[in-house]
Amino acid sequence: MNFTQSFRLALKSLLTSKMRAVLTMLGIIIGVGAVIVILSLGNGLTGMVQQQVDKMGINMIQAQIWAPGDMATPDPSDMYDVVAAHPDVLTGVSPYVNVTGVVRRGDEKYDRTHMYGISEVMYNAATNYTMDGEQVSKGRFITYLDVEHREPVCVIGAYLEQEAFHGDALGKSLSINGRSLTVIGVLKRNAELEMMEGSQDDQVYLPYTTALEIIGSRWVGLYLFTSTSGETAQAAKSVLANWLNVFFRTDDGEYEYYYITTMAEQANMINGMMSVAMGVLVAIAAISLLVGGIGIMNIMLVSVTERTREIGIRKSLGAKPKDIRSQFVIEAGTTSAIGGLLGIGFGCLLAKILETLLGGMLVQSMGTSGITFHATPTLGAIGLSFGVSVGIGILFGYLPANKAAKLNPIDALRYD
Amino acid sequence: MGHLIELKQVYKIYQMGSETVHALDGVDLTIDQGEFVAIVGSSGSGKSTAMNIIGCLDVPTSGSYHLGGVDVSTMDDDEQAEIRNKMLGFIFQQYNLIPKLTVLENVELPLLYAGVDGSERRKRALQSLERVGLKEKAKNLPSQLSGGQQQRVSIARALAGTPSVILADEPTGALDSRTGREVLGFLKQLNREGDTVVLITHDNSIAVKADRIVRLQDGKIIYDGDAHDPRAVVQPHDDPEEEVPAS
Repeated sequence: MNFTQSFRLALKSLLTSKMRAVLTMLGIIIGVGAVIVILSLGNGLTGMVQQQVDKMGINMIQAQIWAPGDMATPDPSDMYDVVAAHPDVLTGVSPYVNVTGVVRRGDEKYDRTHMYGISEVMYNAATNYTMDGEQVSKGRFITYLDVEHREPVCVIGAYLEQEAFHGDALGKSLSINGRSLTVIGVLKRNAELEMMEGSQDDQVYLPYTTALEIIGSRWVGLYLFTSTSGETAQAAKSVLANWLNVFFRTDDGEYEYYYITTMAEQANMINGMMSVAMGVLVAIAAISLLVGGIGIMNIMLVSVTERTREIGIRKSLGAKPKDIRSQFVIEAGTTSAIGGLLGIGFGCLLAKILETLLGGMLVQSMGTSGITFHATPTLGAIGLSFGVSVGIGILFGYLPANKAAKLNPIDALRYD
Repeated sequence: MGHLIELKQVYKIYQMGSETVHALDGVDLTIDQGEFVAIVGSSGSGKSTAMNIIGCLDVPTSGSYHLGGVDVSTMDDDEQAEIRNKMLGFIFQQYNLIPKLTVLENVELPLLYAGVDGSERRKRALQSLERVGLKEKAKNLPSQLSGGQQQRVSIARALAGTPSVILADEPTGALDSRTGREVLGFLKQLNREGDTVVLITHDNSIAVKADRIVRLQDGKIIYDGDAHDPRAVVQPHDDPEEEVPAS
């Protein structure tokens, strides 16, 4: 008995009882569909993380410093010195000072605006992207001289320009906590996001030196470094860690009052967490595949009983046990393969729907402009799901098929 | 090579609860190429067991069975399947066609299991259908045919594999007497054309269409000879039960 004949026979018996076939396949359809949806969403999320990394630069390093009050903390100038001393691995540093306060323009007050004190290193003129993924649309970004001279200047987000300046902010002024600043640049609007108060577009960049003055502090808790390339990021990280270890060394020993992560580490961490979450979800979906397999086994056992006479006839005509076995195994495999294909179609469709429904929200939560979310499964995921569904059919079809193969031809022929 | 079918001291013993049943009790039987033999007996005479053993559907408890010179009494399932496929053609009372396959596909089955490839299989199945005069029904499903036609399809299927022996188990049992006569006439014709036919029946009026009658009772052969000999149709002890057709 050859394969194509068994396959055609299997298709025929599936087509003669469509309702039953669909019910048999349901578990597989749901299981495969769920796996495809999960893998598609995971793929989309990984893609977003990758885009974020690409935007911000794989060479970015974050250093947090939180030395207790009575200890000396490194100055920004110390950090500049470190960068200058290691040109082989480090190219620049920007303090990242979070300013809390109120923005005023005339009589209007904006108290949900995000304000960051940064240096010129924050912005890469070549790519027109800041380290946190913003782009300048009008005017210019903060320069070295602005920082050096504590210039009262700022770069504002599109929302603020719209609301406070009616779309024309360049050269005009606003005040932060009573200090007047001139707008020298406007950031590009984050197209995917709604322009609203407190959103990504409601923000202000100012020189960190100016920012420290405004908040009345000398202490900077967060620095963004850039390494010469993605490959040297790890080396740059150790240079910084060594320097900070020396800095924080006391007679009691060394204290790690800092936390340094490279962009690659962050991306790996996020991806690692996502793959764990996806693994758990896929495992849950796999239970449905198992149930689907048991469903197939159940129907195949019924089918073997119903077709006892047919099996007897086939045996009397010279079918060997292995012919009967392969007929039923192929039938089970075909059932689950079709179920798998339907499940893949159903999963892709559902993933597209979820992409439309959740895409905007997810992109917003990433907080970087120009990032897109595509919930499409990889070819590997599709191939794997299909393979697993065929495998399940064959695995669970084997027991009923073996039962059929072992039937005694005399009893089978006499069966009514 | 001697006889086509040769059974020597064949016993088939079943254990039914505490009772031991000798379905076949030392049967010696030889059938030669080209014969038309009827194995006759009432229900429980052992004729079905004999048919199962001759048909390689079952093996004897003891004794030997040679088919075409080969000992088939000790073969395993796969070897028996191959013998059934190559040497035997079955015709059953209930036709035993597979309802969801077309007439042509049903006739192709033995060739399929013999590993004959597609176009050759089709050609030979159509030839076989032509022999029973049902070539034009090839695309039909068995359910669209009358009982007599279905039985002719099953004959075509039995012939498709060019078997050495055609085994017909109560082939007229489910047919009206006119159609039954037609089918018997057909078997007779096959025999004239050179096929060996073994007919299993409980009905004397059918058995006499054969050339030779082998009568079984209680697992033993009580008559083996010319079908036209009056002793061939004598019931040794008249039992009203024997008038009831065996299922």
